[in-house]
Amino acid sequence: MTYIAKPKFHHPGLPKNDLGFTRRDYEGKISTLCAGCGHDSITASIIEACFELSIAPHRVAKISGIGCSSKTPDYFLGNSHGFNSVHGRMPSVLTGANLANRDLIYLGVSGDGDSASIGFGQFAHSIRRGVNMTYVVENNGVYGLTKGQFSATADRGSKNKRGLMNTDNAIDLVAMALQLGASFVARSFSGDKTQLVPLIAAAIQHKGAAFIDVISPCVAFNNHAGSTKSFDYVREHNDAVNRLDVITVRDPITVDYAPGTVQVVEQHDGTRLALRKIDADYDAHDRVAAMTFLQRHAAKGQIVTGLLYVDPESEDLHAHLDTVDAPLNRLDEKALCPGSAALDKINASLR
Amino acid sequence: MPVQKPISSVNDFVVRFANVNGSGSASANELFARSILRHGVPVSPRNIFPSNIQGLPTWYEVRVTEDGHLGARGGVDMMVAMNPQTWDKDFASIEPGGYLFYDSTKPMPSSKFRGDITVIGVPLTAITNSTYTDPRQRQLFKNIIYLGALCALFDMDPKLIEQLIGEQYKGKERLLSSNVHALHLGRDWALQNLKCPIGLRVKKADKVGDRIFIEGNNAAALGAVYGGATVCAWYPITPSSSLADAFASHCKKLRHDPETGKAKYAIVQGEDELASIGIVIGASWNGARAFTATSGPGISLMQEFIGLSYFAEIPAVIMNVQRAGPSTGMPTRTQQCDIIACAYASHGDTKHILLFPEDPAEAFEFAAQAFDLAERLQTTIFVMLDLDIGMNHRLCRPLKWDDARQYDRGKVMTAEMLDDGRDFGRYLDVDGDGIPYRSYPGTHPTKGSFFTRGTSRDRYAVYSEEGAVYADNMQRLVRKFETAQDMVPRPLQANAAKPTKYGVIYFGSTAPAMDEAIGLLEARGYELDRLRIRAFPFHSSVASFIADHDFVYVIEQNRDAQLRSLIVNENGIDPVRLVPILHYDGTPITARFIAGAIGDHQDQLKVTPLRKVVS
Repeated sequence: MTYIAKPKFHHPGLPKNDLGFTRRDYEGKISTLCAGCGHDSITASIIEACFELSIAPHRVAKISGIGCSSKTPDYFLGNSHGFNSVHGRMPSVLTGANLANRDLIYLGVSGDGDSASIGFGQFAHSIRRGVNMTYVVENNGVYGLTKGQFSATADRGSKNKRGLMNTDNAIDLVAMALQLGASFVARSFSGDKTQLVPLIAAAIQHKGAAFIDVISPCVAFNNHAGSTKSFDYVREHNDAVNRLDVITVRDPITVDYAPGTVQVVEQHDGTRLALRKIDADYDAHDRVAAMTFLQRHAAKGQIVTGLLYVDPESEDLHAHLDTVDAPLNRLDEKALCPGSAALDKINASLR
Repeated sequence: MPVQKPISSVNDFVVRFANVNGSGSASANELFARSILRHGVPVSPRNIFPSNIQGLPTWYEVRVTEDGHLGARGGVDMMVAMNPQTWDKDFASIEPGGYLFYDSTKPMPSSKFRGDITVIGVPLTAITNSTYTDPRQRQLFKNIIYLGALCALFDMDPKLIEQLIGEQYKGKERLLSSNVHALHLGRDWALQNLKCPIGLRVKKADKVGDRIFIEGNNAAALGAVYGGATVCAWYPITPSSSLADAFASHCKKLRHDPETGKAKYAIVQGEDELASIGIVIGASWNGARAFTATSGPGISLMQEFIGLSYFAEIPAVIMNVQRAGPSTGMPTRTQQCDIIACAYASHGDTKHILLFPEDPAEAFEFAAQAFDLAERLQTTIFVMLDLDIGMNHRLCRPLKWDDARQYDRGKVMTAEMLDDGRDFGRYLDVDGDGIPYRSYPGTHPTKGSFFTRGTSRDRYAVYSEEGAVYADNMQRLVRKFETAQDMVPRPLQANAAKPTKYGVIYFGSTAPAMDEAIGLLEARGYELDRLRIRAFPFHSSVASFIADHDFVYVIEQNRDAQLRSLIVNENGIDPVRLVPILHYDGTPITARFIAGAIGDHQDQLKVTPLRKVVS
């Protein structure tokens, strides 16, 4: 619980990253979520990804909406500013924050209620604007804080804890993100950290709207038989198309792969991603094919995971707006105020 | 019908143009207004337009006023009736002795005319059609031709109009000469066929001075540029869209890096008002100056975020260009009807700062100041314009900027301060003014970060649901609001020549009509002290002004006396002492209305009570 102070001391031999930080430096307060909650695994994956990338913790801004998922930014990156904003409105707050300072890393954390219901519009528009961010939806198909109502990502025909069947069609946020032009789209499972950690790391390095849908079972309200977001169900139906093995900035990828089993993605900033193919035919560069693949597998009840699409030539909102390189929040009156001489000219034109 | 003498007036009359929207009349009419200014005679024009793109009636009213009365006057001395749809109503609105100007190409039955007005027919369509063949040209030049005819009728100097056309079409010679040609077509026809000039005349004067002619939305947008706004997020809504448009066009000229050509601003047209205010709050949280422009329905949609701004103490500037409510009501009509909606916006206990500019010059000043106030007070600042100020050209003093002025970025904890060991509590009242320090994201590797929440937290931003902690914070927010009282623009008081027991409180776009009404009331023998409120929270001088008078009229452009309610509620004033004078039909308030309502009330006070007479 948050009122229990987390001890600061740690083993002196803990490994350090390039900046000299240990994993502990990327932790936050103690989680108040239920024991076994999938969200805590995502928190741990974010910590791991930031540690591995050697990100200065204070250079990340964590922004969330409302819900169990949106509480989690308090539990990682304790030296970062966080903003637990308004239900469904994380995307707009993040967009504004990003416009103010393009130099920070923006991590948007949301849930399925937050992004697929009340915030569906904001989710869509932040993606289509290409805001440079990592948008993580911790997707459990259920409203936990309000005791177990279905969310808009709950599959049709799935049952809630009381045995009631959901008759509404589900929204697949991954399919939506693909259609809306996200330049990095992935799906993963909170129970599969080895898949999730590199995906988060790659998304953080990606310039543009990076979206990750993480199926994250709710142990309190959606982990029963009949649920399609339970640990058991997701493990049984997980259809991973690839594994993101290596992310490097400058170094060449040296791991040996059998021919045809790896797709190397070189991103705009020079980052290279080595995608180990599980499904030999899957091409993570083909948006249209990805959409079809997804639909086909969804119809069979399979949950497709992995890096589903990446656009190596992606751009972000700042590029579209052609803003200056310096963060807007650092510009002073000298840079911003046109001064009295310009105003006199304007006055003269208004007579 | 008794013979009515035609109105005879130099530099003091009202012309109303009745047009169809989308016909290109707006620019010709504006040219007319500007050309009178060039005669050194003040004008006050008003657009009365529908929520439509093409085909519905629209009016443009020009009050020619050498005395400089810039409020709406009411009544029409000359109707330029170019719209058959509204003929009957337009015709009926002409003052006795007034003038009707119409297109006489098609003869009108005599039943369509009144005996008490002067009818001036000019065969505009015939002249136009004999000169131009292209339909669009016919439509556009018809407007310039009637302008030419009016030039002759009002005895205006055609050189001054030509000069304006020259400025407008500088570098576009063909357009320039064809416009001048059309102007003379109309003028020559009038001179040859009509008795010129008529009783209404424009005579050169020297009453404009260095004043400028600008719309409030444009001025407020410039204020945002000068005030250092870098992020603008908005959603189109009349009558505020032109504010965001003006911000974009000023930024295009004034805010690009001369070397790289890159933009020192970011403008996002949001998907709705919720996103717009969300972007503003995100940007402000991250240390940029950000604003949105909207109107009443947008304010309704922004409520939750406005509460977050209040409670999480995040700066935000909202330019609210008020219009008559509700959403699908009268989007193109003016009112001051969002006072309560903005002052107490959102759920829970909230109070917000409102600024009330009287004209474009103040809209510029208040818009720029709003960013200082928002960052100093770390809360939402509303700049309360209305359609009358926002979308009409108004003559006002030139915009001024002091180059020595620095932005007040408020209390911001820097990396140096944190390294110096300063105690940082995000919600800690270190100076006793209720204003805590904030830190921008990314400031320091190990110090100064915090988790921003819309729910409860203690002075160090640590989550807490303790009642005492909550109450402590709420009391500090009250202290902060009290601090704001002395930072916002103060009320301006003007006393009557003789001591009087009666006062009047007014605000915003009512100002020019009120100033003029004072003269009308003096003519009726009534003297009033005046107080123009310029901001909420109310300065202590508001309460003392009320205390100094037996009672005070409160003039507002809404039905429910919203400002009066706010004064009663915030200052604990006996409501009986505040007499509401309310105008809310969507048209701008007039001096005639104010003087009439106050005068009638004062007349009643003079009536000797029956009991006294009997005894």
